[in-house]
Amino acid sequence: MSSSQRWAGVSAWQQWRERTVLRALFFCALISVLTTLGIIYILVNESVHFFAEVPVLDFVFGTEWAPLFEPRHFGVLPLVCGTLLISLGALVFALPIGLGIAVYTAEYAQGWWQKVLKPILEILAGIPSVVYGYFAITKITPFLQTLYPETEVFNAASASLVIAIMVLPTIASICDDSIRAIPKTLRDGAYALGARKSEVIFQIVLPSALSGILASFILAFSRAIGETMAVTLAAGATPQITANPFVGVQAMTSYIAQVSMGDVAHGTIEYQSIFAVGLMLFLMTLAMNLLSQFIVKRFARKYE
Amino acid sequence: MTRLELDTTIGPPRRLTTSEEGTIMDTQEIRSSFAIHANRRRIKEWILTKAILGATLVALGVLLYLVGSVLWDGLPYLRSEFFVNFPSRFPDKAGFKSAIYGSMWLGALTLVFAVLLGVSAAVYLQELAGKGRIQSWIELSIATLAGVPSIIYGMLGLGIFVRFFGMGRSVIAGALTLSLLVMPVIIIAAREALKSVPDSIRMGAFALGASRWQTVRDHVLPAATPGIATGVILAMARAMGEAAPLIMLGALTYVAFVPESIFDSFTAMPIQIYNWASRPQAKFHDLAAAGIIVLLGFLVICNSAAIILRSKWGAKKP
Repeated sequence: MSSSQRWAGVSAWQQWRERTVLRALFFCALISVLTTLGIIYILVNESVHFFAEVPVLDFVFGTEWAPLFEPRHFGVLPLVCGTLLISLGALVFALPIGLGIAVYTAEYAQGWWQKVLKPILEILAGIPSVVYGYFAITKITPFLQTLYPETEVFNAASASLVIAIMVLPTIASICDDSIRAIPKTLRDGAYALGARKSEVIFQIVLPSALSGILASFILAFSRAIGETMAVTLAAGATPQITANPFVGVQAMTSYIAQVSMGDVAHGTIEYQSIFAVGLMLFLMTLAMNLLSQFIVKRFARKYE
Repeated sequence: MTRLELDTTIGPPRRLTTSEEGTIMDTQEIRSSFAIHANRRRIKEWILTKAILGATLVALGVLLYLVGSVLWDGLPYLRSEFFVNFPSRFPDKAGFKSAIYGSMWLGALTLVFAVLLGVSAAVYLQELAGKGRIQSWIELSIATLAGVPSIIYGMLGLGIFVRFFGMGRSVIAGALTLSLLVMPVIIIAAREALKSVPDSIRMGAFALGASRWQTVRDHVLPAATPGIATGVILAMARAMGEAAPLIMLGALTYVAFVPESIFDSFTAMPIQIYNWASRPQAKFHDLAAAGIIVLLGFLVICNSAAIILRSKWGAKKP
């Protein structure tokens, strides 16, 4: 091959290779679409069989959940109530503390302390959820029982507390980023008017960073809803509608885990019921994630 | 409530002098809002600052207590028998061997699948893809998948790998499920790493007549490797700690053997920890703590590797 040919032409082998590689990589990228479709197909397919036997309205608005014993009831509200009780309880603790941490790391911590603080706090997010479950039953529940002796062995409050710890880094890191994105000019303007540091933060910076802060809250909520192991270990398996955090409840995820741990035969209504609950869980988290993306897109302000 | 008391508790008094009052604040109204509320504002500032500091200290304290109590409970059980015995009904004989081996099998297979799928997809999306409808569908599904709870991936694995492909409750089914679970994480991290490779490298390769794939293979990917590796390590740390999807596959069984092929059934560290933690006896709780130490030790190694990679990479960058 002369040198002029080497520059001008591309061999057939090379063309074939380029095309093949492109197709192979495209296929790998396509797997994510296939996974999404697979999840939807699996959930919907089994749920259709379930809803052939249990009317949709009975499922969505039923107030009694007794799938494993006769007479069976498939009202999902007790499970939804358990999930919401636990995750809203978690947010009550996680929101103020997470936002406080973000303000501290973004505005107050300085130098090396600021550099080590963020990675240390991110360790909390890297700890597996089963470890938090262990923490809840061996440490937090006994602690709650000394505070309030009527606390049951399995209770929603201990699950809420560990989930609050789990989602802290999510909230703190997203809020931290959106606080840092606020330009210095805005702060300087407030300082020039005689505002104190805390006033600048709470009246100027945080309102400006509101879209990121809200998005982090919603993401944290979505993570709390989907959390499985800690909830299964700590909150128990008694589906009931209650607002009392010191009794056992069953969350949607713990029901799914409970059924899959037992020997439930494929094709029975109990087996199908976990897919109906899973579909509901999927739709709830999907709605939360879309909402947080929408908030970021719609309300984010661009500062140049 | 006098001014003097407040000043001693909050800090040095910073009272405006008369001349400042005269020059800065002209009207009576403004002076009142600044001067009269000065104390209240100072107290408020003090409270808020302490509350913010308190929030951070609470989180750090919880982390310290968590790690400390696990070490305190688990260390006495961390003897050599713990690593060579299989799970048992008797807490004194119970060990972690099958869980450690199961996790190693799972981790190795997941690493292969997840890196192949995730990095390829990232290269395609970041370097080769055009802007079409299919590309936007891919982006949308990655964003969706990143927010799907892990237990739902378990249901997917149960439906597709265990039942449809008939893999049963095997190591390979578990590894494929975990690969899909961490794939979005790896794609997002790898795309960030590819994005940070300067365009001048691509232009240089193109100018010398390299094709698109040659450019990516020989120049862009090597430059992005530390960043991709960091993302992959962090994703693997996540995969190793996941119990929910494996429980969905039916991995919560008594396993007193080490998997020998990819079609054997298995248990894993987080599952065994769950199993021990869910029993009422306190001795099993301490065993769970010992298992947690092993699992966390592994995760610490992963994360330190990621931090070292990141800092070396950051230092090399011009």
